[in-house]
This record gives sequence, C-alpha cells and structure tokens, in this order.
Amino acid sequence: MKTSKPELAENIKSAPAADADLSRASSATLVDEHDHHEAPKGITRWLYSTNHKDIGTLYLWFSFIMFLTGGAMAMIIRAELFQPGLQLVEPQFFNQMTTVHGLIMVFGAVMPAFTGLANWMIPMMIGAPDMALPRMNNLSFWILPFAFLILIASLFTEGGGPDFGWTFYAPLSTTYGPDSTALFVFSVHIMGISSIMGAINVIVTIVNMRAPGMTWFKMPMFVWTWLITAFLLIAVMPVLAGAVTMILTDKYFGTSFFDAAGGGDPVMFQHIFWFFGHPEVYIMILPSFGIVSAIIPAFSGKKLFGYHSMVYATCSIALLSFLVWAHHMFTTGMPVFAELFFMYCTMLIAVPTGVKVFNWVATMWRGAMTFETPMLFAIAFIILFTIGGFSGLMLAIVPADFQYHDTYFVVAHFHYVLVSGAVFSIMAAAYYWLPKWTGHMYDHKLSLWHFWCSVISVNVLFFPMHFLGLAGMPRRIPDYAIQFADVNQIVSIGGFAFGLSQLIFLWLVIKCIRGGEKAKARSWERAEGLEWTVPSPAPHHTFSTPPKVD
Amino acid sequence: MQGSANPNRKLTLKLLAATVAMFGFGFALVPLYDVMCDALGINGKTNTESALQPQGMVPDTSRLIRVEFMAHRNQGIPWSFEPKQTSMDVHPGQVIQTAYFAQNLSANEIVGQAVPSVSPGLGATYFNKIECFCFNQQPLAGQGEAEMPLIFYIEPDIPDSIHTLTLSYTLYDITQKAGESLEVAQVNMTKGSSDPLQGATE
Repeated sequence: MKTSKPELAENIKSAPAADADLSRASSATLVDEHDHHEAPKGITRWLYSTNHKDIGTLYLWFSFIMFLTGGAMAMIIRAELFQPGLQLVEPQFFNQMTTVHGLIMVFGAVMPAFTGLANWMIPMMIGAPDMALPRMNNLSFWILPFAFLILIASLFTEGGGPDFGWTFYAPLSTTYGPDSTALFVFSVHIMGISSIMGAINVIVTIVNMRAPGMTWFKMPMFVWTWLITAFLLIAVMPVLAGAVTMILTDKYFGTSFFDAAGGGDPVMFQHIFWFFGHPEVYIMILPSFGIVSAIIPAFSGKKLFGYHSMVYATCSIALLSFLVWAHHMFTTGMPVFAELFFMYCTMLIAVPTGVKVFNWVATMWRGAMTFETPMLFAIAFIILFTIGGFSGLMLAIVPADFQYHDTYFVVAHFHYVLVSGAVFSIMAAAYYWLPKWTGHMYDHKLSLWHFWCSVISVNVLFFPMHFLGLAGMPRRIPDYAIQFADVNQIVSIGGFAFGLSQLIFLWLVIKCIRGGEKAKARSWERAEGLEWTVPSPAPHHTFSTPPKVD
Repeated sequence: MQGSANPNRKLTLKLLAATVAMFGFGFALVPLYDVMCDALGINGKTNTESALQPQGMVPDTSRLIRVEFMAHRNQGIPWSFEPKQTSMDVHPGQVIQTAYFAQNLSANEIVGQAVPSVSPGLGATYFNKIECFCFNQQPLAGQGEAEMPLIFYIEPDIPDSIHTLTLSYTLYDITQKAGESLEVAQVNMTKGSSDPLQGATE
C-alpha cells in the first residue's frame, strides 16, 4: 500500500518475507532492529502493550470473563423464573439483573470479542505489521475494564444498580431511576469511547495499511464486514453518548429532554435510542457474517460463492439499518403510514440477509465438506441465525407485532440472533484461529462435547420462549402466571445446561494454551488467507515486510 | 516515519470529526424531532401558542365531530382535575368555549402544567386552540381552585375519516422547576375560584 511504504521500507532490511515454514525462533533472530520483537515479560507486557496480538488477546479474555459474568446473571434470572412466585431475589434486584445482563452481554461480551478478533486477525489478513494506531489501541482496551467495574460496582450502591432495562427508557431511567444512574451513564460513556477508538483504529488500519496488491476486492470478508461495522460504530455510538448525556441532565440537572411537563417527550427518547440501537444490532452481527464467510469455504473446499454480492449485501444491510429503528416502537402510537414505512424497510433487510445465507449454502453445495468444530459452529450459526431472522420478520409485521411486543417472543428472537448467532460465530472463530493463536491444536473430543452441549441446550433454552411469548408471557418480569410454569422450567434447565457447557470451552482453551498437538502454519488444510502463511503460533511481529498479494 | 504517520493522522482526524459531528447530531435530533412532528402533523401535538381567531371562517354545519375531553394527573400531584364537559358535538369551523376545573387538595402551593395531546394523532393539526390553560403554568394556593378556560375550533378541511377527536390533558407538578417564577405568578393570582388567566374569557 502506497501510504505505509516508508515505514515498511525501513523494516525490509531487518526482516525477510514471512513464510509458512519460518519457525518462530528464526524469525525472532532475524528481526533485531527494534528493542521489543519478542514479547516482553511480566504484567507490563499486558499493561503497556501496543502489540495488536497482545491487545487482541486481552480483548478476547476480557470478553470471555464478561460473558461468564453476564451469564451468571442470566443464571440468577433463570433460577428465579424456574417457578412462578418469588423465590430467590427481590423484584428490584431481578430488574437489575436483566438490565446489567443485557448491558454486559452487548457491550462487554459480544462487542469486545469482535474487537479482539479484529485486533488479532485484521493486520494478519491484510498483511500489515500492526494496527495503525497502537497506542490508542492500548487505551481503548484498558479503559474498558474500568467501565464495567463502575457498572458492576453500581449494583452494590444504596438503592441498587440500573434496573430500567438495557434500553434505559425514559422516564424509567430519569424520574424513576436509582441514585446510581450517573454511574451507569459514565460507564456507558467509557464503553462508547472505547469502541469508537477501536473503530477508528480498524478503519485507519484497513484503509492505510493493506499490503501492496491487497486491493479492496481482495480483502477477506471478515475485513470487509469489520470495515463496515466500524463505520456503523462511528455513526451511532456518539448518538448513544448523546442519549445517556440527556438522561444524565434530565435526571440531575433539571433539563426536560424527555419530560413532557417541561416541553420534552418521552417517546423521543425511544427514537434517539433506537436510532443508535438498530445499527447496534448489526454491529453485533456483521463481523459474524465475516467469520462465517471465512470458515464455510475453508471446510467446503470451495471459494466463497458470490464474494462481491456478499460485500454489497453487507453494505446495504448497514445502510438500511438507519431506516428501520422505529420498528422497535410500533406500539407507541405512530401514524399508519410511518408504521408501513418502517415495516417495509425492515422486511427489505431480509433481501440482503437472504443473499448472504444463500451464498453460504451455495458455497457448501456440492463441496467436499468436512465437519471440524469451527465448521459445526458455523453451520449451526447459519441455521439458528436464520430462525432468529425469521422471527424478526414476524416481529416486523405491524399487526402481529402488537401481539408480540414486549413478550418472550422478542426475547427468543434476539437471543437466537445474538447467542446462536453472534456468540456461536465467535465460538466458531475461536476454534478456527485458536491453533494460530496458541500454536496448538485443541482437544477435538472436548470441542465436540462443547459444540453438542451448546447447540442442544441453546435450543432447549430459547426455542420454548417463542411459545411463552405467543401465549402472552411478558418479558422482564420476576413472576408469572402459573400456566407458564412448565415451559419456564424447561427453559431454565436449558439455561443452566448452556451456562455449564461454556465451562467446557474455558477448560478447552486453557488446555490448548498449555499444550497439545503442534499446529501447522496452515492449521486447516484448505483454509485461505494471509494469516495462514505465518507460523503457528503467530510470532509477536508478523509482516514487518509486507507480503506479496497476487 | 513521517510519511506513514501523516495519512494515518489525517484519516484519524477525519474520523474523529465524524464522531464529534454524530455526537452533535444526537442532540440535533431533539429539535429535528419537533420539526418533523410539526411538519408531518404526527404525534398528536397541538399548537403551543394561541391560534388567531379565524376571519370569515364558515362553520360546516353538515358535519358533526365529537370532541372528547380527558384529564389525567401525573403521578404525585395532589390536585383534582376534570373537564367541565366530558364530550360535545361540534361543527368544524365553529369556535367553542369550554373549561377544565382544577383544585389543589393539598395545603401547599403547587404549580401545575397541563400538557395536551390529541388522538388520533393526525387530527391534531386540525385542532386549533385560541386560548388554552396549557399555554401557561397554573399556580394554585393550598386548597385553591380554578376554572381554566379553553377556546378552540376545528378546521373545516379536517378529513372525513375523522369522526371523533380526543383531547387529553396530563397535569404535571412543576413546582420545583417553576422555582422563582412561582412568586411572580402568585402576585397575579386571585384567590378562590376566579380566573387567573386574564383575557381568556370573552
């Protein structure tokens, strides 16, 4: 790439072209111009790190810890809902659990996991030596733990933590919010700043640091989807920051953005929130599309079907995401023409999404498929995400939405797209690139246990929720009518099983880091992409000299 | 080094500018929301300043539209608040006067603010208030009461599909927010049931 040439030229004398057969040791001895070519030791390696791989690792571990934390909260929710009536927790605490579970999973688990994958993989996929802005990279990670520390600490303040749902609708979060709402606001600010910095870094890296010959339409789909995601982040995270700021001033400084008595409008909150919120759900799924687009071809022995259409479909999903926010608010009393507009726009999104699903299926069609664990998760992703997509279409239909709104049907829908969608794709990515990260193959048998336990329990957990919702069980309640008892018990059992299954994954990852069969540079025979041309584990510095891309 | 830093810096600054712009856009959504609601006549918001008495408007006696009046108290305000009449049938173009009653049931002075809303929302643009207690804050001394006037007309070109308009007022306690303006208002306020809004009556 023209722009990064001078710096790269500097390094050319010190490093030979990275090569599949190059061992870690030899590459380390050959590069000696800078002082930290081997990973520094001790805690400062992580605190001061500007290395994209180390920061990627930090992001991934942080996200996994948050996944387990948010998961533990979900276990409390499911334990309380195991039976009708109030058994374990007070309703207000229950509300705090649903709220913080949502916030942690969205901002603490899924988004940082994608940022971690971006950090690890994007420079290696485009043949760049590192992220473009390494110090900002360090900062964007290290403010994140503090954001969640503040959020979780707010649970222990007098009056409790946020209890108004992750969507923090006014006036629940203003007039009726707990005293700790300011802590919630600041933690969301920090999360926003972190992900905006991450997004800027990704864009600058992709635009300026691609290896010579890595033209736009040679970029892997994961890079494409992340580029588009990063633009979405820059477009909507500031709007979220604005929304929480308005909540802050409404609650503490006497403004009336959302207070009808002072000339404001609580419905406006929902418009502003969902203007952020809907692109946000694509932020949480577009990188998944990239991951699956990398894995399906690797285990089907074919090139990705319809690469260009995949790129265009991703772009159109991103653009359409700005035109559909009000489908979250059909029941607020919108005029019919607005409901129709948002309904049709929402349904239109099914077209580019369908393009993607059919392209994946076409990639597998008559391919020589093998079923390693990443492929299993990717296939499960396609099937289960599509189920989530279909229930999304049902929710898009205005008259039907009046029945489904705020019921467990909605809960089922977004957990299908976020758990068996986004989270499964992250699992797939972890299994796909774990050999590259650790240098070891993981325990195959254990990974199969993890997969089958997860895929069965996730359906036991979320599928019956559709029926609960259709039967009228409202979401975000600690107690329910007794006719829902049996199904809730099944759901809770599924929930506990799914939660426990993830501990298998934790064990598997630790085991894989500590040892195992040595992974080849190209850990999967038919995997394509520059990341497989560097040794496994990937040396601390890769592509100090840009690779040749043809 | 310089060569590679510059394009990065340039793009970073551009993206930062975009971030700041989007933060501003979040706040710009607030006035934009009102403008859109106004322009499209959605959201059931009625005029917030008095409309002029129409000159030479001919009531359409061939049509009758039922206007329903509702009163809600926002949580916590210890007032009674109700319409003089719960509904009336009016011709489009006819200027109508009615009123709401409010009584402060507590011993303390409270400033109330009524916020109107019209349903169906699309009917709101045809509903014009010439005088309304909702244009002003309404202070009431402890145990004080007031008859609060409302003068309105419905535009004759209101679509045929609309047969009923529901005018709903929600009364908010804004004593704290009113703050100093309370004292000013008290000077103008007459005791008992007399009308605090001079010039409202015809």
